[in-house]
Amino acid sequence: MADKTEISPPMWNSKTFSWGFVVKLILMAIVNALGVYICFFAFVKESWWIFGFMLVVLLLLDYVYFTNKHTLPMKYILPGVIFLLIFQIFVILYTLGVAFTNYGTGHNLTKDQAVSQILSSRESKVEDSKGYPLTAIQQGDQYGFAVIEGDTVKAGLGAAHNDAGNPINVDAAVISEAPEEVPLAVVEGAEFSGKKITSVPGYEIVPTQFLVKHQQFFAKLRVPVSDDPTAGSIRTTDMMNGFEYKSTFSYDGTNLVDTKNNVTYTDNGKGSFADETGHAIEPGWQVFIGFENFTKAFTDPTYSGPFLRVLLWNIAFALLSVISTFLLGLFLAAVFNEERVKGRKIYRTLLLLPYAFPAFLSALIWSGLLNTDFGFINNVLLGGAEVPWLTDDWLAKLSVLGVNLWLGFPYMFLICTGALQALPADIKEAAKVDGASPLRTWFSVTGPLILVSTAPVLIASFSFNFNNFTLIYMLTEGGPRFTDVSAPVGATDILISMVYQISGISGQGARDFGLGSALSILIFIIVAVVSALGFRQTRKLEEMI
Amino acid sequence: MRGKTITATLAALALMLSLAGCGGSTPSETAAPDTSGSSEPAPATETPTEEPSQDYAGIELTVWTDETRNAPVTAAAQTFEAATGAKVTIVQKNYDDIRSDFITQVPSGKGPDITIGAHDWLGELIANGVVATVELGDKTSDFEPVSIQAFSQDGQVYGVPYAIENIALIRNTKLAAEAPATWDDALAAAKEAGTKYGVLLQVGETGDPYTMYPLQVSFGAPVFAQNDDGSYKAELTLGGEPGNEFAAWLAEQGKAKNISTSITYDIAVEAFSKEQAPFIIGGPWMIDSFADIADQLAIDPIPSAGGQVAAPFTGVQGFYISAQSTNPLVATDFLTNYIATEDIQYQLYQAGNRTPALTAAAEKAKSDPIAAGFAEVAKTAVPMPSITAMGEVWNYWGVTEANIIAGKQKPTDGWEKMVSDIQAAIDKAQ
Repeated sequence: MADKTEISPPMWNSKTFSWGFVVKLILMAIVNALGVYICFFAFVKESWWIFGFMLVVLLLLDYVYFTNKHTLPMKYILPGVIFLLIFQIFVILYTLGVAFTNYGTGHNLTKDQAVSQILSSRESKVEDSKGYPLTAIQQGDQYGFAVIEGDTVKAGLGAAHNDAGNPINVDAAVISEAPEEVPLAVVEGAEFSGKKITSVPGYEIVPTQFLVKHQQFFAKLRVPVSDDPTAGSIRTTDMMNGFEYKSTFSYDGTNLVDTKNNVTYTDNGKGSFADETGHAIEPGWQVFIGFENFTKAFTDPTYSGPFLRVLLWNIAFALLSVISTFLLGLFLAAVFNEERVKGRKIYRTLLLLPYAFPAFLSALIWSGLLNTDFGFINNVLLGGAEVPWLTDDWLAKLSVLGVNLWLGFPYMFLICTGALQALPADIKEAAKVDGASPLRTWFSVTGPLILVSTAPVLIASFSFNFNNFTLIYMLTEGGPRFTDVSAPVGATDILISMVYQISGISGQGARDFGLGSALSILIFIIVAVVSALGFRQTRKLEEMI
Repeated sequence: MRGKTITATLAALALMLSLAGCGGSTPSETAAPDTSGSSEPAPATETPTEEPSQDYAGIELTVWTDETRNAPVTAAAQTFEAATGAKVTIVQKNYDDIRSDFITQVPSGKGPDITIGAHDWLGELIANGVVATVELGDKTSDFEPVSIQAFSQDGQVYGVPYAIENIALIRNTKLAAEAPATWDDALAAAKEAGTKYGVLLQVGETGDPYTMYPLQVSFGAPVFAQNDDGSYKAELTLGGEPGNEFAAWLAEQGKAKNISTSITYDIAVEAFSKEQAPFIIGGPWMIDSFADIADQLAIDPIPSAGGQVAAPFTGVQGFYISAQSTNPLVATDFLTNYIATEDIQYQLYQAGNRTPALTAAAEKAKSDPIAAGFAEVAKTAVPMPSITAMGEVWNYWGVTEANIIAGKQKPTDGWEKMVSDIQAAIDKAQ
């Protein structure tokens, strides 16, 4: 987005017209078009946060790129800042927000939605009630249903309530008082043909168009069948058939009452309605629960044991992966940097191949190659041996490291080749003149210099491997599962794949997004601290030389 | 669990992406316009309802489907659009993503009006309050009873079923002339035929309890206790003496190499299609892979290993309506009067080989001996539990079975530990 063709942007006028300005104008036109488009849709969908954010961003961009007043640095920084806000800061804040809630299975809704769901799912069809052919009717601004029962037509007026239990009008707006209900009663002189009621004296038939437009209202409309409030009411789910329903729950704004069994359920403060014995009813809703998710990994005995083991393996895995890939990469780079080696270009290209395949695909293929009975490695290379590569705890760890070495060394090879070629030839020359052996030159001159220039890459590689979910998930799915702990965690699980499993995001077990978010943040902190320490060490290394 | 192919890979990729954002922002999906991708033309052959057509002009329904079911659902949608003037947007999604996306998107009001889904999601969907009840009225009796039962909880129906699926014993009639009554009979028949494998059973390193369930049941160890009406209660019954016997049997078969954790879905299917075994335990979704030996297939009941009837799970596929749909009445009309028709249900059968849930369409499908065979086995089948506690069971079940088969855990210890772990997880989730 930054227009780099211009170093000191001129004011636009005919005298200083340049092609750079045309390019800038086109780019900014695209950006503006996109921004206005997003603003427009956010406005239509009433997403005010997106609308506001996009508007501010757009104005800011136009100001920065079309004025000259001290905005030059901003021209370079602003796009990055915006993407940082969207892709990093927002995601972290959102995750943080979720981490303090009980968001997950059973706590997925807002409280109003939960109450509505509880009430509507406890509203059950009266047994043996057959469907009545039904037509919506109105009297003034009040609505009801007419149904055919045998040869007669019964009609009545009802009321509708929203999720929170407040009466609503036909436009789904909350009204202060529900209209008075008129129970179903036989209407003389009504006409119908087949299942369609054509006229009901005293009422008007609601036009279909109107019905469809206000279907949320009509889906909530209940017409009592008699004066007895416990007798149930008529509702429809398809606008053609009415059924008699009875609600077994009522809500008074604070408590839910099971009118059938006479049990009162109160808000238990944990996002559920519960009775006196603590038995909660589904569904619940999302609430703030503080640090509970963060402490669960350490205090819950099911998790605390495996958590430590997984953490240790995770650190070992990341460290060993970096070291092994770096050493192999460096060795190969050094070998193929020698001009005496023939066909270097071909070798170099071949060595890059593992890097060219998508990692998840390679991991899947390796898991097939390492299959105990049918894998290529056992069947062909080892002549039918039955080495449990992926099913024995330690061999599985070794396999994971081996596959990661295969996946990772080409990258290190590339980096090291670059670093070697960037070393000035006169340094080696000087070492030679000083009488250092080739080995000594390597360990005292070339090696340290390469380490300085590749240290940031090593740290980045450590962070990447620390969260190398793809490899673990595709190769072993974290297995083989520990047989001596109760949590569903295995020998090659790293923290992120363990979180994936125990927070139920894998689809097995109850989902707990709150726990998943909290643990992800813990992982983020670990990686951030390790990286910060690493970079500090690198700086020291640089100062030494 | 089954058919782990590239889809699973892609699903995992998508999951990883959503993990990176921790289920944060709304995933963007591509709305497939009705015309694109549907290989079969969708003829609006019959008007499915004699009811006077409703005028739904200006109403928009969003329906989530997957690749296999896109064409038939699109056909139903076109008929519906022509008859009512409503607009139906079909969004084709990856099947494995639908469940979690539906749960996360419905409360925000951005979910679809209707989605396809399996009945065993029901417990989780209800616990999360994202699914609405459906009133099928008189149509209820048009469906196979087990399909309605599967979509019911506490006497309420929550979905419109369209297909029933279950596994059975698929037999190569050239290699084994008769259906085996017991597991040992099957192995003996295989020995006589001289094939490389006996009964092919996909296990994999994380186990496949769905495929192994009939064998477990034949020992008298079903997973949950059932209420009088057939619904499940969160009371584990897979432990105890029958469970331990099953575990011991697994260890024994594992040792004898009759069952192996190295056999995955792909390996099993390939071996059967190459006539390396007379039997494979699997479902109708495998049949397409056996095109080369299509004329020598027979579908039989699964042989019993423990003496009792080896009853498989039934899975029922259907359509759910979102609890937050703004068009609840139109959505219900679409499902009950346009999807629940013989024509569309038969088209859905052709798209996925699964026995239709609508009795009339099922009868039509039974002219095919394969479909009739699976339907026959379905009579002994029980619905897969859809209660939320089932999720905890999946978490431990397969891995323990795989460990016992591989000899990594002692059968009785391993099985009893699994039962207590599941019990602990259920108690914690309550």
